[in-house]
Amino acid sequence: MIELLSLPFMQRALLAALLTGLAAPAVGTYLVQRRLSLMGDGIGHVAVTGVALGLLTHTSPLWAATVVAVLGAVLIEVIRERGHTNGDVALALLFYGGLAGGVFLTGLAGQSANELQQYLFGSITTLSSTDVWVTLALAAVVVLVCVGLSPQLFAVAQDDEFARVAGLNVRAYNVLVAVLAAVSVTVAMRTVGLLLVSALMVVPVAAAQQLTRSFRTTLLGAMAVGTLASVGGLLVSAFASFEARVAPGPTIVLLALVGFAVTWPLGAALRARRRMRAPFPELGQERHEMSDEHPHVHGPECGHVAVPHGDHVDYVHDGHRHAAHGKHYDEH
Amino acid sequence: MATTKETVVDLRGGAIAIAGRPVVRGVDLAVGSGEFVALMGANGSGKSTLVRGLTGLRPLTTGTLRLFDTPFDHFHEWRRVGFVPQRTGAASGVPSSVWEVVASGRLTRRRLLRPLSRADRAAIDEAISVVGLERETRQGVSQLSGGQQQRVLIARALAGQPDLFFLDEPTAGVDLPNQQALAHALGTLKSRGSTIVLVAHELGALAPLVDRSVVMRDGRVAYDGEPLADHEVHHPDFGEAHTHHHTEPGRRDHSPHVGSPLDRGTR
Repeated sequence: MIELLSLPFMQRALLAALLTGLAAPAVGTYLVQRRLSLMGDGIGHVAVTGVALGLLTHTSPLWAATVVAVLGAVLIEVIRERGHTNGDVALALLFYGGLAGGVFLTGLAGQSANELQQYLFGSITTLSSTDVWVTLALAAVVVLVCVGLSPQLFAVAQDDEFARVAGLNVRAYNVLVAVLAAVSVTVAMRTVGLLLVSALMVVPVAAAQQLTRSFRTTLLGAMAVGTLASVGGLLVSAFASFEARVAPGPTIVLLALVGFAVTWPLGAALRARRRMRAPFPELGQERHEMSDEHPHVHGPECGHVAVPHGDHVDYVHDGHRHAAHGKHYDEH
Repeated sequence: MATTKETVVDLRGGAIAIAGRPVVRGVDLAVGSGEFVALMGANGSGKSTLVRGLTGLRPLTTGTLRLFDTPFDHFHEWRRVGFVPQRTGAASGVPSSVWEVVASGRLTRRRLLRPLSRADRAAIDEAISVVGLERETRQGVSQLSGGQQQRVLIARALAGQPDLFFLDEPTAGVDLPNQQALAHALGTLKSRGSTIVLVAHELGALAPLVDRSVVMRDGRVAYDGEPLADHEVHHPDFGEAHTHHHTEPGRRDHSPHVGSPLDRGTR
């Protein structure tokens, strides 16, 4: 089975998976921050028309998709900026227009559904070396911009009005994020496919942010989860393919979802624990109220939740907060 | 108004229209260096719109605006302006720490692709300590209370070390202890000689800091002078006569809502 890794097509696929896994969640973090999680999906649908145009004109579907996706992304951004409440309806119009247009044009081009399917669901193992170089260059640009300009992009996504008064060119940064999203959609197109692209942009972020408290760790965590999922998913599908037909694209997405399924309960438990152990506020002038007969002796090992309260510790159980006071316990 | 010192904000004949409907009209407002001005009025009186006009978030339909004695179109020294927008919270779709949000206020003084300098870090830490959130520095913003989040937004404006602050309703929905923490932070700024324009419909704990009240009614300046107490603002004659007439608040003019996807929004 190890020989599989020495096959050139497999090495190309691994490289592409690695880069896609790094780039897509990097942009995805900014999209999630602006609560535009589905923007990647919208761009993916628009890119279908681009692929079809490429097939129709017998030019490169990759470049045609990139151009159309960038145009679509900028259009989505303009609609979002101009319209207010009903921006999502405008996005929906674009989604379905893109998908319908793509399928329609593919029919005109006389191509079978198979051709389009490569792009809809990914075909990472059929990459040529040119494909890999293009993917590599585009992904590197995406990652460098997302990390290098992170202070500016963070500020704009966090609060665009504040950023404008701070003198940042908010529109330019928003369009930049839209273009980066479009580029990473086309980068991920061959890996996971246009219909699942958004998953690779959003699911790693959702998984990472269960465990993080800062933007920076979320960004880096999402990139790590994305890389693990895409490389891992590819390997799983490659080794499983001896037994059954396993498509890499969906495997990658499912693996990312497993990541979320693991971090979610972990994060929820950590948050609950942190909430339980947050120190009680000190109000001064505590009323002196002794607890009833209390045979149990509280201590570091007693198993009850110990919460700092001023200069002492309250032990929490059954709705009581017990603090040691001489030989008895006080109710706090 | 004593404008012997440098005039920091100078608006003459300012009007602002939202979706073609004039909301703020004929406003003359001059704020001198070091002044603490409270811009007051009922909801919908145009006070927030006016501040959005002064910060360039909304274009002036007519009128001339000068900031720091520079015509607005030629004004690029945004590092001298700190803005605290009206927000219900500082949270967004991805967790961000208090330090990160405050650090984003430092962008006015940072160059592209340069790491934070020692001075940047010191300014960020100082801003956090002025609003008294040192212990929460590494915490996620969304885990803080509403009042603490408001203090984070003020620290963000502070981090750029501006000379002029615009604060839009920082006390809305904030409990008294947090209002007092806010008042303490703003008092520190005032003592350093910062110019402060505060939008509020109630001053609460901030009242002792105010040097001058400007009251907006239906998009016009109705009063400009000595500080007013909260209850005086809504009196037709600003509390001068003690007749105690109750006047019904009239219907206020808002631009009609448009809801089609491609219509130009009113934002």
